[in-house]
Amino acid sequence: MAILKVCGIETEYGIVTRGFDVSPVTSSSMLINAYAGSMRQKIGWDFLDEHPSADARGTVTEASFPPEIETHLVNAVLTNGARYYVDHAHPEVSTPECLTPRDVVLYDRAAEEIILRSIASVNALLPDGQEIGTFKNNSDGKGNSYGCHENYLVSRELAFGRLASHITTHFVTRQIFCGAGKVGSENGAPDVPFQISQRADFFEEEVGLETTVKRPIVNTRDEPHCDPLKYRRLHVIVGDANMSEVATFLKVGTTALILAMIEDDQFPDWLTLRHPVTHIRSVSHDISLTSTCELQDGRKMTALEIQEQLLGLCQRYVRSYGDPTSGDADEILREWESVLDCLKNNPEDAADRVDWIAKRRVLEGFALRHGVSPLSAQLRAIDLQYHDMRLDKCLALRVGLRTLVSIDDVHRAVTNPPPDTRAYFRGTCLARWPQNIVAANWDSIVIDTGDEILRRIPMMEPLKGTRAIVGELLNAVNSVEDLLLSLGSTDTPGWDPLMTPEPGW
Amino acid sequence: MLAVATVEGMADRIRKTTPQTESQNAPASADMDVSTASGQRLKAELDDLLDEIDEVLETNAEDFVNNYVQKGGQ
Repeated sequence: MAILKVCGIETEYGIVTRGFDVSPVTSSSMLINAYAGSMRQKIGWDFLDEHPSADARGTVTEASFPPEIETHLVNAVLTNGARYYVDHAHPEVSTPECLTPRDVVLYDRAAEEIILRSIASVNALLPDGQEIGTFKNNSDGKGNSYGCHENYLVSRELAFGRLASHITTHFVTRQIFCGAGKVGSENGAPDVPFQISQRADFFEEEVGLETTVKRPIVNTRDEPHCDPLKYRRLHVIVGDANMSEVATFLKVGTTALILAMIEDDQFPDWLTLRHPVTHIRSVSHDISLTSTCELQDGRKMTALEIQEQLLGLCQRYVRSYGDPTSGDADEILREWESVLDCLKNNPEDAADRVDWIAKRRVLEGFALRHGVSPLSAQLRAIDLQYHDMRLDKCLALRVGLRTLVSIDDVHRAVTNPPPDTRAYFRGTCLARWPQNIVAANWDSIVIDTGDEILRRIPMMEPLKGTRAIVGELLNAVNSVEDLLLSLGSTDTPGWDPLMTPEPGW
Repeated sequence: MLAVATVEGMADRIRKTTPQTESQNAPASADMDVSTASGQRLKAELDDLLDEIDEVLETNAEDFVNNYVQKGGQ
């Protein structure tokens, strides 16, 4: 039985310094400190529950490199429920847990706004001639890639092997509408002047734990950040960061629907790929959308035909089983059908919502106008500048991309959490009692009341701690001590008692 | 991003694409008129966009691209 698709996005931003030279770890830390300083708040992240080496397959026999947790790096938890931190050598924003794909778009846009405000704050502190810049993309064009990861709550009952083989079909083919486009190829992939995805060249395995080397199409990190007996959190590392809001909406929305369909055993086995690693590149390298992928039964279909199959299956699934995206399914299916229709009949019509098509249109127009060669520095500069976060330089802002959320809503989402997940409790507590919260992570917060003992509040259910469940309680209490007393009472509906034992897994 | 989208905006978009679908059944001459007009509009839009891009594009593309090196990502 499918569960509601709580989802989120974590984006690593590219970072550069101009006019001075420090390590990217230092510049990323400066950026986040400047933002946290401007907000007069910096709550630490609690690493107790982080287990990035846990593998969804159980025992792993081959050599495997789990990501390291870098506890010395800057970490902040924000009042909108998001996490803002230095990951490896990049500033990264994780959105709060969202109940709908539309909210993921909103909080991904809020993350962009947080980056913009951070840049303004840090550059105001730097001397003339020095500045820090950021980019929302996934490759430097020189063989280095960094991620835009998605997370989806799935039922623990679902066998991981089946989940992996089925969702791979979507991960290989969805890039035709959510690829961000790239000039050239990398990582030993065959030469192409332009390709659909930023990331496809970097995927070398079907399934695995790594995120920085030999990247797998399906990542097996088994770190649910919630009740591990009930849930998995599918950690998706295969996607591009999108500048287009509609592309983000489609990327998350279609994936959420298909995951629910897999949970309800409505995904047909024949719709799986024989050679996913080969095809993730061949699909990305084929802007004509005519190359085919071989299915398990030997049939061959284009990525577009496979997407049409998936759309049809999801249309039937939602009619029979309901909407796992809490109200967004109709819009997802409508946008999905519309974008596939454009890609089939006249791809240029999708330039208002598909990043790679919008980018390619500019590249082709520029190349024609100025007579430059396909891999010239000017075209690479256009590719990079499409993702430039400076408002006066960003090309994505100028190509006519359709938007889904208003700037007023984005501004509100910078500081306010979504009301319908546990992010509401986390964010509201941070906003009201910043001086008492010494640490927070996805599934608990740690409170200092001045006693000798720190109190941990467990939040093991992503759909508890919502405004509907704890809004009244939070409004009624005047201090953090009152909050702890109220949570400790056993008649609080839908809330884990305060003294629940430490989660251990 | 800069613009504010609305439900009405999406409806507009759907309306704009409808004539193209209908034109598939129309006589060839009408079809050509539609595609020529639409092609000219798109070309004019692209010309305006390319003018703007010429203005904001980094003046030293080579340095801009070469200086962008990102090590250590996931």
